[in-house]
Amino acid sequence: MELLMAIIIGILFSAAVYLILSRTLLRVILGTGLLSHGAHLLILTMGGLDGGAPPVIADGVTDFADPLPQALILTAIVISFGVTAFMLVLSYRLYAEHKTDDLNMLRGNDEHD
Amino acid sequence: MKTNDVILQTTTKVVFFIIFLFSIHIFFAGHYTPGGGFVGGLLTTGALLLLLLAFDLKTVRKALPFNFLIVVALGLLIALLTSAWPMLFNEPFLTHAFGDYDLPFLGESSLHTATLFDLGVYLVVVGAGMTMIQTIGGDT
Amino acid sequence: MNFVFLIFIPIIAALFVPLLYKTIKRIHTGWFVLIVPIVLFAIYTTLLPQTMKGESIVSTLQWIPSMHMNFVSYIDGLSLLFSLLITGIGSLVVLYSIFYLSDKKEQLGHFYVYLLLFMSAMLGVVQSDNVISLYLFWELTSISSFLLIAYWYTNDRSRFGALKSMMITVFGGLMMLGGFAILGIAADTFSIREMIANASTVTSHPLFTMAAVLILLGAFTKSAQFPFYIWLPDAMEAPTPVSAYLHSATMVKAGLYLVARFTPLFASSSTWIWLVMGVGIFTLFWGSFFAVKQTDLKAILAFSTVSQLGLIMSLLGASALTYHSNEAMFAVASFAAIFHLLNHATFKGSLFMVAGIVDLQTGTRDIRKLGGLMSIMPLTFTVAAIGSFSMAGLPPFNGFLSKEMFLDAMLAVRSFELFQFDTWGILFPIIAWIASVFTFIYSMYFVFHTFGKKGDVEALPKAPKEAPTGMLISPIILATLVVVIFFIPNVFGKWLIKPAVLALQPNLYDTPQQIDITIAAWHGFDSMALWMTIGVVAVGTLLYLSMNSWKKIYDAQPERLTLNNGYDALLNFTESGMNKISRSYMTGIIRSYFMYMFAAIAIMTLIAVYVKDAFAFDPNSFAPVTIYAILNGIILVLAISFVLLAKSRMAAFIALGASGYSVALFFVMFKAPDLALTQLVIETVSVALFLLAFQRLPELKNHGETKKNKVANAIIAIGVGFTVMLVALASQSQKLLPSISEYYKETVETLAAGGNIVNVILVDYRGFDTLFEIAVLSIAAIGVYTMIKLRLKGEKKADENE
Repeated sequence: MELLMAIIIGILFSAAVYLILSRTLLRVILGTGLLSHGAHLLILTMGGLDGGAPPVIADGVTDFADPLPQALILTAIVISFGVTAFMLVLSYRLYAEHKTDDLNMLRGNDEHD
Repeated sequence: MKTNDVILQTTTKVVFFIIFLFSIHIFFAGHYTPGGGFVGGLLTTGALLLLLLAFDLKTVRKALPFNFLIVVALGLLIALLTSAWPMLFNEPFLTHAFGDYDLPFLGESSLHTATLFDLGVYLVVVGAGMTMIQTIGGDT
Repeated sequence: MNFVFLIFIPIIAALFVPLLYKTIKRIHTGWFVLIVPIVLFAIYTTLLPQTMKGESIVSTLQWIPSMHMNFVSYIDGLSLLFSLLITGIGSLVVLYSIFYLSDKKEQLGHFYVYLLLFMSAMLGVVQSDNVISLYLFWELTSISSFLLIAYWYTNDRSRFGALKSMMITVFGGLMMLGGFAILGIAADTFSIREMIANASTVTSHPLFTMAAVLILLGAFTKSAQFPFYIWLPDAMEAPTPVSAYLHSATMVKAGLYLVARFTPLFASSSTWIWLVMGVGIFTLFWGSFFAVKQTDLKAILAFSTVSQLGLIMSLLGASALTYHSNEAMFAVASFAAIFHLLNHATFKGSLFMVAGIVDLQTGTRDIRKLGGLMSIMPLTFTVAAIGSFSMAGLPPFNGFLSKEMFLDAMLAVRSFELFQFDTWGILFPIIAWIASVFTFIYSMYFVFHTFGKKGDVEALPKAPKEAPTGMLISPIILATLVVVIFFIPNVFGKWLIKPAVLALQPNLYDTPQQIDITIAAWHGFDSMALWMTIGVVAVGTLLYLSMNSWKKIYDAQPERLTLNNGYDALLNFTESGMNKISRSYMTGIIRSYFMYMFAAIAIMTLIAVYVKDAFAFDPNSFAPVTIYAILNGIILVLAISFVLLAKSRMAAFIALGASGYSVALFFVMFKAPDLALTQLVIETVSVALFLLAFQRLPELKNHGETKKNKVANAIIAIGVGFTVMLVALASQSQKLLPSISEYYKETVETLAAGGNIVNVILVDYRGFDTLFEIAVLSIAAIGVYTMIKLRLKGEKKADENE
């Protein structure tokens, strides 16, 4: 299972990085979305996938899945939501101001050092 | 965003309360079963979002006439105060207290200050989510 | 009583200053601020009987105990003397500032906040026993000094001076931190007391001399010693109360304090003795020599401060000699150092206040324009004369006493036999005498060119008149002290100086009572120092009267070779050099930056994995693959490829949403119900957000990416993906440390009374993370709100056209 997940994570990261390196503003945002998915799965896989029951105390259950990566990911999910929303607005404000979504055009000038 | 879908609006009126109550349940249940401030807050946001989709921004704003940025601030304040409170008793920051109490009407209940902290989280999530949705949706 | 809290009282008071300034307009904010230093001064005075017995008061406030970093307030004679100076002079300066700064025109809120900040920082420096907290407070004094110098920030010279002082003192502070780190490693403690107690282990450390030099760099930059003094004259752009307080009485003496405090530790090092004495005595000469050249009243005082600090520095260096020789004549140096430090604070403080009064009343500080103010401002003149004569070393003022002791100490250096002092030691009294002559000249120059001779009073920018009474209170109190100390020096010696000397020379004395040095104005005609003073007055008077004829020698130094010019050139060089370097890779294209980062991540991780031979995984530890996981994996990969290949925005968003739901399914499979729930709701809300913003987003266009770029992107992308894959496998199979999760699992019911471990981690075990997380979320929400609702007016127009 870990091997399968590692490959999927690798694909997620590759696709995300490829999108982020693109010239189109919207693709960069899509890329960050994929990147956070990849990161979440990476943390989960690092913790091991052979855990038993969900980490909720119940009678007679002693073997739990590792709760720590889950807590970390829960935090990360909510943060990435906030960041995505922020980036979304940033990009459409950028587009409205500069009338372009070509990142090679959006490079400032010498007055804006 | 003026919609006039009667079926959607009618179901929404019912479904909204179901999701909302469920979100409250999940918020309180979070300490023992899956759930908590984050999920609860997000579900509430989802329920409000559904209202927004079925009706329009103005109607929702009229029904819930408060500034969600204030909700964010309130949530942060609650979280911060519940964490800082133990310092007055020479306990480290974020020490929680809990115990079982016999409450009128509710019977024996266990109370936990972590729930208060989680309430702060809940409010921040709802406030932040709704602020984003309302400002993005209201930007014409 | 915990004395650490006293250190923080000014900062806490500073919190209320802006409020008071805003709400109570009728009363000058300074009156409220004045309470703080006066109360602190009174509290510290009550400690005098304890330090007089040689006792010290230690109180601790835990900060990071696990790293041995705590706020420890250690009050002995030396710390208490400084604390009294800080709060005492502080009270007088605040009182003076009430009349100096008009509450109509000035931003008093800022001024007093900075001043109180400084007060806390300075108290922290002189009371900290922990070197790390000492460093913290030390830099805080640099920062508050920066803010105060730049107080009139619309003025170019103010900003330049502030930056210069910041650059030089922070450079020194960082060097000092390095020295502290070495000491901390050598002594295995951050406590100064323990370092001194373990002096023998510290001195044998191979980096001991290095630590000495680094700490001296900190002290020299702060105390404006040659060649770092250049920031002090430029710092005179600050309001005069600040110059009187920070740049003559307290902050610049932090370096002296540091040297004094570490003398018991470093005294065995000959490098230390030579550096402190040599730099000190040279600075004494240099400052006094160039003070005569200056034409600005405050610049004269600045150079004079530099010079006097050098004097005290050389005395502190000489006090280390007692660690090598038991002869009584060396013991006088440390006493003289502390005594002069006290005297200097009194007469220089009053002189700065006089300069401020003259500036305010006449509208100029240029000594060439001034003159003849004696009859117009008799009180100011009297104060100025007392201060100047004391500075020149004349009786009946306190400067005379400490100057004589200084000369005695320098004469004694000749007979020290170690470290080549028998050859070079003779230079010290000679330089000291020459510098004293120049000190005499500039003191006379200061007082008589301003108040004496006939000046064209009509030509001054403002018609001068005597200063208001309130403004004169502080300088008069200081001038009175100057005279009082001359007549009852031994009272001050007993209460203030001897307890402080004990901190410098614990090798000689156990209690302050054992120090059998008495101050006397008259030593008889066989006193060498007396004849030197007479010589100073005679030669000084001659040179002062003939000043115009020899002043030309100052033009001999070409402008290009001055230290200031060197500083400017160095700054320009680094600025343009750095600019060139950054421009070479800062293309302005965001893709370049991402490429640097991602390539670096991939390459560095791969190298690290290869070098450490860290890649290993154990297929037996893997969980069995389920058919559902494979199916879900296929769905996820399909969704990703749709995102990659999508031609329209809508398709891309939906594909992204699909990938999110698929991730949520993975969470379900891996027994993470909380995550699955959150992910599902978040994905829904995110898709809704995308749709809400849909019509305002740009189309998904291709901007004609070149093939070469595409290939480069793909290579980096695959590289990163491959690296992450390796990391995922390697880290899963190799658990080097036991996971803390076990602790959580065991204690969740007993310690946290919860059942859902994930939620308990979030709100209880790692509540700090959650607290910051909701803060981030709030910031994101406020950011979104700001970008949409609070646009600048000019930009709104462009938006309306759409």
